Amino acid sequence: MDAATAAETITGIKSILQPPLPPALTVDLEKVTYLDDFGVLVLVELKNLVAGQKSRLYLKNADKRVKEILSILKYDALGEPAAFTRKSHPNMFIRLGEGALGQAADLNFIFSFIGSVCLSLIHVCLHPRSLRSDDTFLSMKKVGVDALPIVGLISFLLGLIMAFMSSVQLQQFGANIYVASLVSLSMVRELGPIMTAIIVAGRSGSAFAAEIGTMKISDEVDALFTMGFDPTRFLVVPKIIASVITVPILTLFSDLFAILGGLVVGVFMLDLTANAYIAQTLKTLTLFDVFSGFIKAAVFALLIAGIGCLRGFQVRGGAAEVGQATTSAVVSSIFLIILADAGFAVILRYWG
Amino acid sequence: MNRKVVIQVKNLVARYGDDIILDRISFDVYEGEIFAVLGGSGSGKSTLLKRLLGLHRSASGKIIIDGDDISECDEDALQQILRKIGVLYQSAALFGSMTVAENVALPILEYTDLPRESVDHLVKMKLNLVNLDGYQNYLPSEISGGMKKRAGLARAMALNPKILFFDEPSAGLDPVTSAELDKLIIHLNQSLGTTMVIITHELESIFAVANRVIMLHKSTRGIIADGDPKYLRDQSRNPFVKQFFNRLPGDNTLTNGKDGF
Repeated sequence: MDAATAAETITGIKSILQPPLPPALTVDLEKVTYLDDFGVLVLVELKNLVAGQKSRLYLKNADKRVKEILSILKYDALGEPAAFTRKSHPNMFIRLGEGALGQAADLNFIFSFIGSVCLSLIHVCLHPRSLRSDDTFLSMKKVGVDALPIVGLISFLLGLIMAFMSSVQLQQFGANIYVASLVSLSMVRELGPIMTAIIVAGRSGSAFAAEIGTMKISDEVDALFTMGFDPTRFLVVPKIIASVITVPILTLFSDLFAILGGLVVGVFMLDLTANAYIAQTLKTLTLFDVFSGFIKAAVFALLIAGIGCLRGFQVRGGAAEVGQATTSAVVSSIFLIILADAGFAVILRYWG
Repeated sequence: MNRKVVIQVKNLVARYGDDIILDRISFDVYEGEIFAVLGGSGSGKSTLLKRLLGLHRSASGKIIIDGDDISECDEDALQQILRKIGVLYQSAALFGSMTVAENVALPILEYTDLPRESVDHLVKMKLNLVNLDGYQNYLPSEISGGMKKRAGLARAMALNPKILFFDEPSAGLDPVTSAELDKLIIHLNQSLGTTMVIITHELESIFAVANRVIMLHKSTRGIIADGDPKYLRDQSRNPFVKQFFNRLPGDNTLTNGKDGF
């Protein structure tokens, strides 16, 4: 009797032993040469089945080894049905309260994190030499340079699509030239910063969370602290500074590539000359548009880097939490990017 | 005793939420000794270490390290006190993106104004001290577990701390490597006179290195024995201490019950 045959035997016994049963059943174990916990399981199932029918089960002729197995597995005590009960859930109010307390603790952590980031940034501004410049340059490369191909490609395609879709409508009015205005204005003001920020959130925000989270679970953050380094100043500040510098530049590239995409459609499908397209683009855009996109991108970068690092520091426990932190870093930063963009839309509407 | 006390813990209480992990424990560590904190799983060893390093603040009680109270001081003062301390973490906690030499050089570059070349010499000396010469340019992922521990030790000793903490130094090491690490610990203690606090449950290592031990137990949430480990092994009357030192299986009432003693 072992793992392979136990299930079959149990169903077999259950189908044979139909009620009514005699008041007592005896299992003769004389010929049993080998018994493990699956064998005992069969006996226990039998015992429970019989007990349910108000009858009793007796074992006889068990040899020494079988008896030993039965006693190790506490066969006599196993009779009670469903020995394995899950820990019961506390009621709704307790869970609600626990949830609220957990959220409050999280909020507390978030505020102290923001505070420590601000203090560290001020410290670095006052003592620029305390900035870890090697780490900052490395982050700039990872966040900015390495992201350029994908940002460029996506923006180019986006410009292409926008020009193509809008041309279908604008062509009806013979307003082909306004494709240039539409692509450049929407890209520089709105889509450039947003697309870049979303790509950076997916590439770098998640990487920040995973990196810091892994350092957290392997005691490296504690090691930093006991070596006298401020973990925020050491890990977060270079990432924030690198992101705030590189994301606006990436955004600029994104704008350029999108305009290039629009230009391709304009020249090859709408019979515009490249000169006319570029002239129209320059006529549409003001420096203020470009500048507001720049500021937006910087704010998005701050949010992405901040959230990525925050989620990393919130990791406790094991590898699964690092994965969770990574997901949460991307989701929260995209949400915050959109939220901030909505804020900018309102502000720029009244100011610009 | 007329030796100088380096670490003094008085009535320390540590808790997570409502669970009290350590209840009013007190002990002293003297200068130059190898002091071990023992205990089974869940007895609060790691909790105690985190309080001693100021990573978590304790609910009440005093921890005085080399004359300064770390339970009351602010962050900056704590950082000053931590300069006197080196820690070897269980996983060595080397920074994965830096080479062994860069890891060791990190605290030296931060806290001294030595020129770059002298720092390199110093790093080489530190690595010689732990027999890791020649591995300067390896990344932590490229060296073995025992080497990582030794590199971690070199980093912990970078600024010649007065006190070295070891969190489970032999965890995850084979007996030979672990014995080598023990030998290294004794050697460093004798040659440099560094006070060492070892958190462990590794019996061989305790008998090999520790001058004095305290033993924590979760049933009393405190210290159930202290003294010379060999004396405790042979003379202790406490059933759990006997079990622990003689490596006997636990009786359920003693290891799980809250009223074991």
